[in-house]
Amino acid sequence: MELSSSDVAGTRVVKVIDTRIDAAVAIQFKDAMRSETEGGPERVVLDLSDVAFIDSSGLGAVVAAKKLLNGTHVLELAGLTPVVAKVFKLTRMDSVFAIHADVAAAVPALAS
Amino acid sequence: MIEVETGEQAISIHFLSDTFEVRSSLQALMDDMEGRDYLPEERGTVELVLAEVLNNVAEHAYEERGDGKIELDIDYISDGISIQLQDFGKPMPNGQTPLGMPANLDVEVGDLPEGGFGWFLIGELAKDLMYERKGEANHLTFRMTLGES
Repeated sequence: MELSSSDVAGTRVVKVIDTRIDAAVAIQFKDAMRSETEGGPERVVLDLSDVAFIDSSGLGAVVAAKKLLNGTHVLELAGLTPVVAKVFKLTRMDSVFAIHADVAAAVPALAS
Repeated sequence: MIEVETGEQAISIHFLSDTFEVRSSLQALMDDMEGRDYLPEERGTVELVLAEVLNNVAEHAYEERGDGKIELDIDYISDGISIQLQDFGKPMPNGQTPLGMPANLDVEVGDLPEGGFGWFLIGELAKDLMYERKGEANHLTFRMTLGES
Protein backbone atom coordinates (compact mmCIF):
# COMPACT_ATOMS: atom_id res chain seq x y z
CA MET A 1 0.00 0.00 0.00
CA GLU A 2 1.75 3.11 -1.19
CA LEU A 3 0.82 6.60 -0.07
CA SER A 4 2.57 9.92 -0.61
CA SER A 5 1.92 13.14 1.22
CA SER A 6 2.61 16.84 1.00
CA ASP A 7 1.50 19.91 2.96
CA VAL A 8 -0.33 22.64 1.08
CA ALA A 9 -1.51 25.79 2.86
CA GLY A 10 -1.87 24.03 6.20
CA THR A 11 -3.53 20.92 4.82
CA ARG A 12 -1.87 17.55 4.55
CA VAL A 13 -2.72 16.01 1.20
CA VAL A 14 -2.26 12.23 1.21
CA LYS A 15 -2.38 10.56 -2.18
CA VAL A 16 -3.08 6.87 -2.65
CA ILE A 17 -0.63 5.63 -5.28
CA ASP A 18 -2.24 2.20 -5.70
CA THR A 19 -5.21 1.74 -8.01
CA ARG A 20 -7.11 -0.48 -5.56
CA ILE A 21 -8.10 -0.43 -1.91
CA ASP A 22 -9.41 -3.94 -1.36
CA ALA A 23 -9.29 -6.84 1.07
CA ALA A 24 -5.66 -7.54 0.15
CA VAL A 25 -4.43 -4.14 1.39
CA ALA A 26 -7.11 -2.93 3.81
CA ILE A 27 -5.06 -3.51 6.97
CA GLN A 28 -1.91 -1.92 5.55
CA PHE A 29 -3.94 1.12 4.53
CA LYS A 30 -4.93 2.03 8.07
CA ASP A 31 -1.33 1.74 9.32
CA ALA A 32 0.00 3.72 6.35
CA MET A 33 -2.54 6.49 7.02
CA ARG A 34 -1.37 6.69 10.63
CA SER A 35 2.26 7.18 9.66
CA GLU A 36 1.46 9.68 6.88
CA THR A 37 -0.52 11.96 9.19
CA GLU A 38 1.17 11.64 12.60
CA GLY A 39 2.29 15.03 13.94
CA GLY A 40 1.07 16.77 10.79
CA PRO A 41 -1.62 19.39 10.13
CA GLU A 42 -5.09 18.86 11.54
CA ARG A 43 -6.80 18.84 8.16
CA VAL A 44 -6.09 15.80 6.02
CA VAL A 45 -7.36 15.40 2.47
CA LEU A 46 -7.13 11.90 1.03
CA ASP A 47 -6.65 12.05 -2.74
CA LEU A 48 -8.34 8.99 -4.27
CA SER A 49 -8.06 10.06 -7.91
CA ASP A 50 -5.81 7.12 -8.85
CA VAL A 51 -8.03 4.57 -7.08
CA ALA A 52 -10.23 2.87 -9.66
CA PHE A 53 -11.58 0.21 -7.31
CA ILE A 54 -12.62 -0.12 -3.69
CA ASP A 55 -14.55 -2.96 -2.03
CA SER A 56 -16.30 -3.15 1.33
CA SER A 57 -13.02 -4.03 3.11
CA GLY A 58 -11.41 -0.97 1.53
CA LEU A 59 -14.37 1.19 2.52
CA GLY A 60 -14.05 -0.18 6.06
CA ALA A 61 -10.36 0.76 6.04
CA VAL A 62 -11.13 4.37 5.03
CA VAL A 63 -13.73 4.58 7.81
CA ALA A 64 -11.23 3.03 10.24
CA ALA A 65 -8.70 5.71 9.24
CA LYS A 66 -11.25 8.43 9.93
CA LYS A 67 -11.92 6.96 13.37
CA LEU A 68 -8.21 6.55 14.07
CA LEU A 69 -7.50 10.20 13.21
CA ASN A 70 -10.60 11.52 14.99
CA GLY A 71 -9.65 13.86 17.83
CA THR A 72 -6.35 14.98 16.30
CA HIS A 73 -7.24 15.30 12.62
CA VAL A 74 -10.19 15.74 10.29
CA LEU A 75 -10.19 13.42 7.28
CA GLU A 76 -11.76 14.60 4.01
CA LEU A 77 -11.83 12.90 0.62
CA ALA A 78 -11.12 14.13 -2.90
CA GLY A 79 -11.12 12.80 -6.44
CA LEU A 80 -13.50 9.84 -6.19
CA THR A 81 -13.58 7.86 -9.44
CA PRO A 82 -16.98 6.44 -10.59
CA VAL A 83 -16.88 3.03 -8.89
CA VAL A 84 -15.46 4.48 -5.67
CA ALA A 85 -18.15 7.16 -5.66
CA LYS A 86 -20.80 4.46 -6.21
CA VAL A 87 -19.64 2.51 -3.16
CA PHE A 88 -19.73 5.61 -0.96
CA LYS A 89 -23.15 6.60 -2.28
CA LEU A 90 -24.81 3.16 -1.96
CA THR A 91 -23.56 2.75 1.63
CA ARG A 92 -24.43 6.41 2.35
CA MET A 93 -20.86 6.93 3.58
CA ASP A 94 -20.91 10.00 1.33
CA SER A 95 -22.90 11.63 4.14
CA VAL A 96 -20.17 10.91 6.70
CA PHE A 97 -17.19 12.41 4.82
CA ALA A 98 -16.67 15.83 3.30
CA ILE A 99 -16.04 14.92 -0.35
CA HIS A 100 -14.39 17.22 -2.89
CA ALA A 101 -14.38 16.82 -6.67
CA ASP A 102 -10.59 16.91 -6.69
CA VAL A 103 -7.64 18.12 -4.61
CA ALA A 104 -7.73 21.56 -6.21
CA ALA A 105 -11.33 21.96 -5.02
CA ALA A 106 -10.36 20.79 -1.53
CA VAL A 107 -7.30 23.04 -1.29
CA PRO A 108 -7.94 26.18 -3.35
CA ALA A 109 -4.32 27.32 -2.84
CA LEU A 110 -3.35 24.47 -5.14
CA ALA A 111 -5.45 25.71 -8.02
CA SER A 112 -3.51 28.93 -8.54
CA MET B 1 -2.84 -21.20 -10.83
CA ILE B 2 -6.06 -19.88 -12.24
CA GLU B 3 -7.67 -21.61 -15.23
CA VAL B 4 -9.59 -19.50 -17.70
CA GLU B 5 -11.79 -20.80 -20.50
CA THR B 6 -13.61 -18.38 -22.76
CA GLY B 7 -16.54 -19.12 -25.04
CA GLU B 8 -18.47 -17.10 -27.55
CA GLN B 9 -20.83 -15.67 -24.93
CA ALA B 10 -19.27 -17.01 -21.76
CA ILE B 11 -16.21 -17.23 -19.56
CA SER B 12 -15.34 -19.80 -16.94
CA ILE B 13 -12.61 -19.26 -14.34
CA HIS B 14 -11.40 -21.85 -11.83
CA PHE B 15 -9.14 -20.71 -9.01
CA LEU B 16 -8.33 -21.05 -5.31
CA SER B 17 -9.64 -19.07 -2.36
CA ASP B 18 -6.37 -17.17 -1.96
CA THR B 19 -6.55 -13.34 -1.95
CA PHE B 20 -4.17 -13.02 -4.86
CA GLU B 21 -5.81 -15.77 -6.94
CA VAL B 22 -9.12 -13.99 -6.40
CA ARG B 23 -7.52 -10.75 -7.59
CA SER B 24 -6.03 -12.41 -10.70
CA SER B 25 -9.35 -14.04 -11.52
CA LEU B 26 -11.19 -10.74 -11.27
CA GLN B 27 -8.51 -9.20 -13.48
CA ALA B 28 -8.98 -11.99 -16.07
CA LEU B 29 -12.71 -11.30 -16.08
CA MET B 30 -12.18 -7.55 -16.38
CA ASP B 31 -9.85 -8.09 -19.35
CA ASP B 32 -12.42 -10.35 -21.00
CA MET B 33 -15.21 -7.81 -20.46
CA GLU B 34 -13.03 -5.02 -21.81
CA GLY B 35 -12.49 -7.11 -24.96
CA ARG B 36 -16.28 -7.41 -25.25
CA ASP B 37 -16.63 -3.62 -25.12
CA TYR B 38 -18.23 -3.28 -21.69
CA LEU B 39 -17.72 0.21 -20.28
CA PRO B 40 -15.34 0.87 -17.37
CA GLU B 41 -18.22 1.63 -14.98
CA GLU B 42 -20.06 -1.57 -15.93
CA ARG B 43 -16.90 -3.59 -15.41
CA GLY B 44 -16.28 -1.86 -12.09
CA THR B 45 -19.75 -2.70 -10.80
CA VAL B 46 -19.34 -6.38 -11.76
CA GLU B 47 -15.91 -6.44 -10.15
CA LEU B 48 -17.32 -4.92 -6.96
CA VAL B 49 -20.12 -7.47 -6.57
CA LEU B 50 -17.85 -10.41 -7.39
CA ALA B 51 -15.13 -9.16 -5.06
CA GLU B 52 -17.67 -9.06 -2.23
CA VAL B 53 -19.03 -12.53 -3.00
CA LEU B 54 -15.57 -14.08 -3.44
CA ASN B 55 -14.10 -12.48 -0.32
CA ASN B 56 -17.05 -13.95 1.54
CA VAL B 57 -16.31 -17.43 0.15
CA ALA B 58 -12.62 -17.10 1.04
CA GLU B 59 -13.27 -15.78 4.55
CA HIS B 60 -16.29 -17.81 5.61
CA ALA B 61 -16.86 -20.89 3.42
CA TYR B 62 -13.12 -21.67 3.38
CA GLU B 63 -12.26 -19.85 6.63
CA GLU B 64 -9.18 -18.12 5.15
CA ARG B 65 -7.59 -21.46 4.16
CA GLY B 66 -6.46 -20.17 0.79
CA ASP B 67 -6.58 -23.54 -0.98
CA GLY B 68 -10.32 -24.00 -1.52
CA LYS B 69 -11.61 -24.53 -5.04
CA ILE B 70 -13.85 -21.86 -6.56
CA GLU B 71 -15.58 -22.16 -9.94
CA LEU B 72 -16.98 -19.05 -11.55
CA ASP B 73 -19.09 -19.35 -14.69
CA ILE B 74 -20.38 -16.28 -16.43
CA ASP B 75 -22.78 -16.01 -19.36
CA TYR B 76 -23.01 -12.79 -21.28
CA ILE B 77 -26.73 -12.22 -21.85
CA SER B 78 -28.60 -9.53 -23.76
CA ASP B 79 -29.08 -7.05 -20.91
CA GLY B 80 -26.14 -7.95 -18.68
CA ILE B 81 -24.46 -11.00 -17.23
CA SER B 82 -25.57 -14.15 -15.48
CA ILE B 83 -23.27 -15.52 -12.79
CA GLN B 84 -22.93 -19.02 -11.36
CA LEU B 85 -20.52 -19.59 -8.53
CA GLN B 86 -19.60 -22.88 -6.92
CA ASP B 87 -17.40 -23.65 -3.92
CA PHE B 88 -16.90 -26.67 -1.71
CA GLY B 89 -16.53 -24.98 1.66
CA LYS B 90 -18.83 -24.63 4.65
CA PRO B 91 -22.51 -23.90 3.94
CA MET B 92 -24.03 -20.47 4.53
CA PRO B 93 -25.26 -20.10 8.11
CA ASN B 94 -29.00 -21.03 8.25
CA GLY B 95 -28.80 -22.19 4.64
CA GLN B 96 -29.31 -18.74 3.20
CA THR B 97 -27.39 -15.62 2.21
CA PRO B 98 -27.24 -12.96 4.92
CA LEU B 99 -29.76 -10.16 4.64
CA GLY B 100 -27.72 -7.07 3.88
CA MET B 101 -29.04 -4.14 5.84
CA PRO B 102 -27.98 -0.51 5.45
CA ALA B 103 -25.61 0.48 8.24
CA ASN B 104 -26.72 2.95 10.90
CA LEU B 105 -24.57 6.03 10.30
CA ASP B 106 -26.38 8.30 12.73
CA VAL B 107 -23.69 7.78 15.38
CA GLU B 108 -20.53 9.42 16.76
CA VAL B 109 -17.45 9.14 14.53
CA GLY B 110 -15.92 6.64 16.97
CA ASP B 111 -18.90 4.31 16.55
CA LEU B 112 -19.07 4.28 12.74
CA PRO B 113 -19.28 0.76 11.28
CA GLU B 114 -16.11 -0.57 9.61
CA GLY B 115 -17.76 -3.65 8.14
CA GLY B 116 -21.08 -5.24 7.26
CA PHE B 117 -21.31 -3.42 3.93
CA GLY B 118 -20.62 -6.45 1.75
CA TRP B 119 -24.01 -8.21 1.57
CA PHE B 120 -25.77 -4.86 1.46
CA LEU B 121 -23.79 -3.89 -1.66
CA ILE B 122 -24.44 -7.31 -3.23
CA GLY B 123 -28.17 -6.96 -2.51
CA GLU B 124 -28.27 -3.48 -4.07
CA LEU B 125 -26.47 -4.48 -7.28
CA ALA B 126 -27.35 -8.15 -7.92
CA LYS B 127 -30.70 -9.48 -9.12
CA ASP B 128 -32.39 -12.86 -8.55
CA LEU B 129 -29.79 -13.93 -5.99
CA MET B 130 -30.27 -17.62 -5.22
CA TYR B 131 -28.31 -19.87 -2.89
CA GLU B 132 -28.45 -23.64 -2.75
CA ARG B 133 -26.43 -26.26 -0.91
CA LYS B 134 -26.02 -29.28 -3.17
CA GLY B 135 -24.17 -32.14 -1.51
CA GLU B 136 -20.79 -30.76 -0.49
CA ALA B 137 -21.06 -27.67 -2.68
CA ASN B 138 -22.41 -24.15 -2.34
CA HIS B 139 -24.15 -22.81 -5.44
CA LEU B 140 -24.82 -19.12 -5.79
CA THR B 141 -26.47 -17.66 -8.86
CA PHE B 142 -27.48 -14.11 -9.73
CA ARG B 143 -27.77 -11.66 -12.58
CA MET B 144 -26.54 -8.15 -13.08
CA THR B 145 -28.18 -5.74 -15.49
CA LEU B 146 -25.71 -3.69 -17.50
CA GLY B 147 -26.03 -1.15 -20.24
CA GLU B 148 -28.23 1.29 -18.34
CA SER B 149 -27.54 2.79 -14.96
